[in-house]
Amino acid sequence: MALLEVKDLNVYYGVIQALHNVSFQVNKGEVVALIGANGAGKTTILHTLTGLVDSESGSVMYNGEEITKVPGHKIVSKGMAHVPEGRRVFANMSVYQNLKLGAYTRQDQKEIADTLASVYDRFPRLKERRNQLAGTLSGGEQQMLAMGRALMSHPDIILMDEPSMGLSPLLVNEIFDIINDVHANGTTVLLVEQNAKKALSIADRAYVLETGKIVLEGKASELLDNDDIKKAYLGE
Amino acid sequence: MSFLTYFINGLSLGSIYAIIALGYTMVYGIAKMLNFAHGDFIMVGCYVIFTIVATMGLPPVAGIVVAIILCTLLGVTTEKVAYKPLRNAGSPLAVLITAIGVSYLLQNAALLIFGADTKAFTPVITWQGIVLADGALKIQGVTIITIVVSVLILVCLQTFINKTKAGQAMLAVAEDKGAASLMGIDVNKTISLTFAIGSALAAIAGALMCSAYPSLTPYTGAMPGIKAFVAAVLGGIGSIPGAMIGGLILGIIEILGKTYVSSQLSDAIVFGILVVVLLVKPTGILGKNIQEKV
Repeated sequence: MALLEVKDLNVYYGVIQALHNVSFQVNKGEVVALIGANGAGKTTILHTLTGLVDSESGSVMYNGEEITKVPGHKIVSKGMAHVPEGRRVFANMSVYQNLKLGAYTRQDQKEIADTLASVYDRFPRLKERRNQLAGTLSGGEQQMLAMGRALMSHPDIILMDEPSMGLSPLLVNEIFDIINDVHANGTTVLLVEQNAKKALSIADRAYVLETGKIVLEGKASELLDNDDIKKAYLGE
Repeated sequence: MSFLTYFINGLSLGSIYAIIALGYTMVYGIAKMLNFAHGDFIMVGCYVIFTIVATMGLPPVAGIVVAIILCTLLGVTTEKVAYKPLRNAGSPLAVLITAIGVSYLLQNAALLIFGADTKAFTPVITWQGIVLADGALKIQGVTIITIVVSVLILVCLQTFINKTKAGQAMLAVAEDKGAASLMGIDVNKTISLTFAIGSALAAIAGALMCSAYPSLTPYTGAMPGIKAFVAAVLGGIGSIPGAMIGGLILGIIEILGKTYVSSQLSDAIVFGILVVVLLVKPTGILGKNIQEKV
């Protein structure tokens, strides 16, 4: 059974339709990539999933439960965490405070402390800088903080929006290694990326979006060999 | 010695401004709106205390407690009914104008209920105060209590915001409502809580203010409200310690200005400060201006 199943999703910004009958699914344990150009609707999909944007019609099923109309702040406790585009860390709060907010909906202090320790293990730099204001971190460190903050909710699925944006190639590799690692630890990943090559290299399956519609889907390895994809997204 | 007396009076007035400014600055910081009706919440609090203590003859403590409860309800209701529907209206002007409308509504409601005549407010603080230096320095009880209460409020607020989950949620909502919602924070509830705290503070400020300056009209809250707004801007709007510092500085300048410059000009001096701050350092003394990193 699909962990996340999206059916015929239509989203409007005023009179402009941003998503046209978008349907896709993510199975437990997969890494699924959504690729496409700027403005194709990738971020809108993620925003709709976590309630930052309301859908006009369509349904989102998560873990067999209809979550289409569930208010945004109730999504994370269902096991879906979202690393938003542009990190959106709380710049005036410390790294530690940011991470604690990631566990906002959890009650058990012992479990939260364990998760915090594991996040610090995964991101030693966050541990070093735990008392620093998040706004003073570098772009790469902020990306790590945004990911660590999402992991603090102990999610079953993590939605990542453009994790490579604005980072040096070296850091991009580091971030993708971390995504791989998170996945290897049993977390399902839905990845939105403009860097199609990188995304397809770690994904199991992928969907290609163009102007709010899914135009292609398939195994990531097959899409990497697809001539149209190569031309349009891989620059070959 | 007389300078010291004026200075202490300034501190006391400044403490009242600070308590009002705390409400302004919290609401601005978290809901990103200027609640220009905030000053009138003070007036409502004063009338509630007046009714309970002077008309019904109940003890002052009861008056203060009821005023805090009613002002809290008033603040939360105003936010729900008047401001929340406009939160995504596109222009922040819409909610600002609505706030001015709420201000007039409250003033005229008070006019209708209590009439235009000035009510002599029965001070809720009856302690006479202390005399120092062989009678050369007299400090009134209300002055001391005002200063102590404002410091207590500041300490409690800072502890609440830095040490509790609800306080951290407020900081998160202040910075980024969307990201806060992704953390599982109920943004609407957090904004309601902010209005509740701000309005409760307005009631406390009302009790202190009317004890120090015991006359009450429907416009009692308007001027202190606007001055507290200046204090919040001076300290750096959105910053809690800033509101405190701004309030104290403003109160001291107002009293010293009244004494040594001109009592007619003291308001001009206070509002002149607003102009200077906006020209020289629009972010205020403690205002943050962190550049976003890409």
